[in-house]
Amino acid sequence: MTAYIIRRLMVLPIILIGVTLLIFAMLQVLGPVERSALYVRDIPHSESALDAIIKRYGLDDPFYKQYWSWLVGRTDPETGKTIGGVLRGDLGYSRTGREPVIDTLKRRIPMTMELAIWSMFPIVFIGIWLGIKAALNHNRWPDQLARVVAILGYSFPTFVFGLLVLLIFYAKLGWFPPGRLSTEFSQEVLKPGFVNYTKMISFDSLLNLRFDIFLDSLRHLILPVITLSYLSWALLLKVTRSSMLEALRQDYVTTARAKGLSEKVVVNRHVRKNALIPVATIAGATVAGLLNGVVITETIFNLPGIGSAAAAAALSLDVLTMLGFALFTAALFILVNLMVDIMYGVLDPRVRLE
Amino acid sequence: MSADAASSPVHLEDEYLDEQSRLEKLLGPEWARLLKGIVTNPLSVAGLIILSCFVLVALFAPILAPPINANWNTTLIPRDGFIAQPKPPGTPWERNKPETIPFWYGITGHDDWVHLFGTTSGQYDIFYGVVWGTRTALFVGSLVVTSSAIIGILIGATAGFYGGWVDEALMRLVEIFIAFPFLVAALILASILVPIFGRSIWPASIALIAFGWTGYARLLRGDILSTKERDYVQAAQASGARDIHLITRHILPNAIYPTLVVLSLDMGAIVLSFAALSFLGIGVQEGYADWGQIVSFARSWILTLDQNWYIIVFPGLALLLYGMGWNLVGDALRDILDPKMRGR
Repeated sequence: MTAYIIRRLMVLPIILIGVTLLIFAMLQVLGPVERSALYVRDIPHSESALDAIIKRYGLDDPFYKQYWSWLVGRTDPETGKTIGGVLRGDLGYSRTGREPVIDTLKRRIPMTMELAIWSMFPIVFIGIWLGIKAALNHNRWPDQLARVVAILGYSFPTFVFGLLVLLIFYAKLGWFPPGRLSTEFSQEVLKPGFVNYTKMISFDSLLNLRFDIFLDSLRHLILPVITLSYLSWALLLKVTRSSMLEALRQDYVTTARAKGLSEKVVVNRHVRKNALIPVATIAGATVAGLLNGVVITETIFNLPGIGSAAAAAALSLDVLTMLGFALFTAALFILVNLMVDIMYGVLDPRVRLE
Repeated sequence: MSADAASSPVHLEDEYLDEQSRLEKLLGPEWARLLKGIVTNPLSVAGLIILSCFVLVALFAPILAPPINANWNTTLIPRDGFIAQPKPPGTPWERNKPETIPFWYGITGHDDWVHLFGTTSGQYDIFYGVVWGTRTALFVGSLVVTSSAIIGILIGATAGFYGGWVDEALMRLVEIFIAFPFLVAALILASILVPIFGRSIWPASIALIAFGWTGYARLLRGDILSTKERDYVQAAQASGARDIHLITRHILPNAIYPTLVVLSLDMGAIVLSFAALSFLGIGVQEGYADWGQIVSFARSWILTLDQNWYIIVFPGLALLLYGMGWNLVGDALRDILDPKMRGR
């Protein structure tokens, strides 16, 4: 097991270097003059000022030199101070956020995390539960229902779905409004009496014992959570179903039935345990689905998370904010995949012997 | 039961067998089974019907939604003025309407052009956009899927066939590309490409290709790794076949089937991703006949969506049906090709 984990960890630096190289290469698609614009907060009035910026940040250096100074920072020829350096946490200045990119990310991550945490409940419960029900009733109505849910889930574009539920449940019925909180509560959470432990309003309101705010925040979370997660329900449902069907066909299941165990015991003890191993492997795909989804979902529901920041940045070509977002999502995604790999090795002994 | 009915099943079966063997002779057993499966599975038949409707709409777009004059750039939606307030379906078309009225127009119950599906803000005609958007969807889908499949197949085949350090290096490259969630990566690259290519279908298409090939590469590599150990490949190699001959004649034709499943699923998924990028405002210019671009107009009307429902419902329905058509066909293909499902 240790050897397996070490092998996985050894690949990690290569991937991380590759990811930063790829991000940097994307930045290089723009010429030095365009890239100098990324560093400018006041519009320079002469061409020589532009040249000075290009020189100061070394934007016409060879590729490897620029990559290195982008990664660890470079010494400013005028002041002697170190400027830039992604590894130092300097991701540049966000034009759309009007603050350093790292601050935008820090401020907006709690919203996105809150959305992701709440999405986990329907994904795991609806996805896995419906998948198991479908497989146990193969080719009967729960199975057909599951198929329809899966195909609809895969085919529905997130942005159309999000707007449709807003049309029905907000514009028509007025049940679930967009935004994060109703106006009467949005001032409450800023008052000194309300302590922001996690910066996630639904959890903070519970910790502050303000159940009225908690219910209001849930009312605002329901539609975005469904919009963000239905694609993952479909994915999990499909994988659970086929993996259950596979397990039900195994010889040891026939044996268990033949020795007279009740169907309930067969399913609970012999089938489900083995069937859920492959399900664990798509946790990575689920996280990717959520990260893709937050861009659209937060934009539609007007939520201040990192996804809507990335969408706004993309629209006004705020490259540094986008690259900061890319770096963050890639790092998170790599971490999740590493955990999935290790977990898979723990669950299935055959994997680590490969 | 008459004697006739009793004998007919046998007779039918004979004819059926004949038909099958003829098909098999023509296409080979695997392709024949694939074709037969696709036209007999009810889900895939439903998918094929949906998709043929889209192809027909794309083919007959000039008759369904005639361009306003002969020199009109058909990818641009004609606009009836510039007012911000969207107009509901059935509103008479005042300015810039098509010169001719097609023969089928009587069934709508109007003698002159109206906005059949309403207009967006800026008075772009939604009906025209949905009809001509079919061409955009089919073109972008085929372009992106073919290009990423070719890149992926080349890289996957090379990695799988040569193995060793080539395989190791190429697979690490793939891992770097898949370290980014797909839509996030495409969004970033597309927005960087916009100043270079201008607002058109190209920035989003190129970005989707750049991050879309990895699935094909991984899938084909795995299939080739298992196929190349088969006896007939070893035999061909032992009798002195060259690498390129081995790959194209013996390995690829037998390893390509799972790729077909992904190919058909991607034809739908890529168009949905492209539409999502359009919706976010990355890619095509305002007024381009593209489903996602039309839906993006709804973003300014969130509070009154119940009155302006037509902005999302018509293009949204087109997107949903298009995605569903390919998903139905792809799902059926997967079942047909899955050896575990054979004979079920």
